[in-house]
Amino acid sequence: MRRIVTALATTATALVLLFSYHTSTGGSNTTTAAVVRPVTPVATTGAGPAPAAATFTGGVAQTRWGPVQVALTVAGGRITAAHAVQVPSGNQRDDEINAVAVPILNHEVVAAQRAQIDTVSGATVTSDGYLASLQSAIDQAHL
Amino acid sequence: MSAELPRAGFVEQIMGLPVSVHVRGQGARGADVAAAVEQVFAELREVDALFSTYKPGSEVSRINAGTLAPADAGPLLHEVFALSVIARERTGGLFDVNLPAGDGRTYDPSGLVKGWAADRAARHLVALDDLDFCLNAGGDVVMGCGRPDAEPWRTGIEDPREGGTLIGVIERRDGAVATSGTAARGAHLVDPRDGTLPHALLSVTVVGPSLTWADVLATAAFVRGEDAVDWLRGQVGYEALAVHADGRVSRTPSLLVHDLA
Repeated sequence: MRRIVTALATTATALVLLFSYHTSTGGSNTTTAAVVRPVTPVATTGAGPAPAAATFTGGVAQTRWGPVQVALTVAGGRITAAHAVQVPSGNQRDDEINAVAVPILNHEVVAAQRAQIDTVSGATVTSDGYLASLQSAIDQAHL
Repeated sequence: MSAELPRAGFVEQIMGLPVSVHVRGQGARGADVAAAVEQVFAELREVDALFSTYKPGSEVSRINAGTLAPADAGPLLHEVFALSVIARERTGGLFDVNLPAGDGRTYDPSGLVKGWAADRAARHLVALDDLDFCLNAGGDVVMGCGRPDAEPWRTGIEDPREGGTLIGVIERRDGAVATSGTAARGAHLVDPRDGTLPHALLSVTVVGPSLTWADVLATAAFVRGEDAVDWLRGQVGYEALAVHADGRVSRTPSLLVHDLA
């Protein structure tokens, strides 16, 4: 049941495209090195004996466009919500694109878990801060 | 129930790619596993330092710069030299580490090294008793199950026609799944025979016992084009799925692709 969803590489695809957009306009061809700093889990445990929802915040993944950080809400061993705490914000267009892309990615995190896959094979799996931070949050949640 | 089986995941960016390791088993969160995973990552970083075409000091860069004779390169390069000769023969020249570049040719074993390095690094995980592992190097996957009753790993196959979706799922306990294509990293695959860009396919996924060969065969099949799947039927032990530029999907007859649950 509790499959680790690195399948979120799928999820990541859209953000990769988003970041690729920057690549194509940014000039340089250097590769992004996303380094995830460990972060203390922020567990907001609900009150009472019912299955509590907890929030796990992934490490900050540094990309060449800026920091990316993802948080997950977990209840009953399942990811029930995901949201990006930080995304690169350099200019108005970044913000506009992120405003569209990030909710899609967040939704896909939850959808990918439903597909119960362990990993993803594909040609588009590339440097991705969203994925790195997400994985860090998943690991903290021990999903 | 396997739902209670401890699992752990690790990820690092190496060679400009996310490399992840997933493990299942009672010892998944133990120190032995963490040490083995660190060995995997360390070894991949070492390979990158030797083989990177982006790092001026790598042995591959020095060979291309003419400052290192192939005979004087280290044992890992010699191993890859030998593999690349076999790869060229096995694929009838569809895969070649000597790529057309400008007036001459450049030595670029990148298409071989990622799969080979992941295959090789996976031995640190194979050595762990009663542990299942799945190592994903930038979309190429090698896996194994040390538990006799283990459920298979489920590898989603990315759909190049629509970002963020999957074509289906491959279930295996061991072996490899590799995908080649041009979807996000630009047209980085060229036909080594004439330097042209293959355009008949969007991606090819190859499934089989070895990641080294699944990766080489996926790249060769992508270059092959329209009849890639028929061509791959000549490779014993390997299965393929191709997504064509016009949206068709073809596959070898015995490849079992599960629908998304």
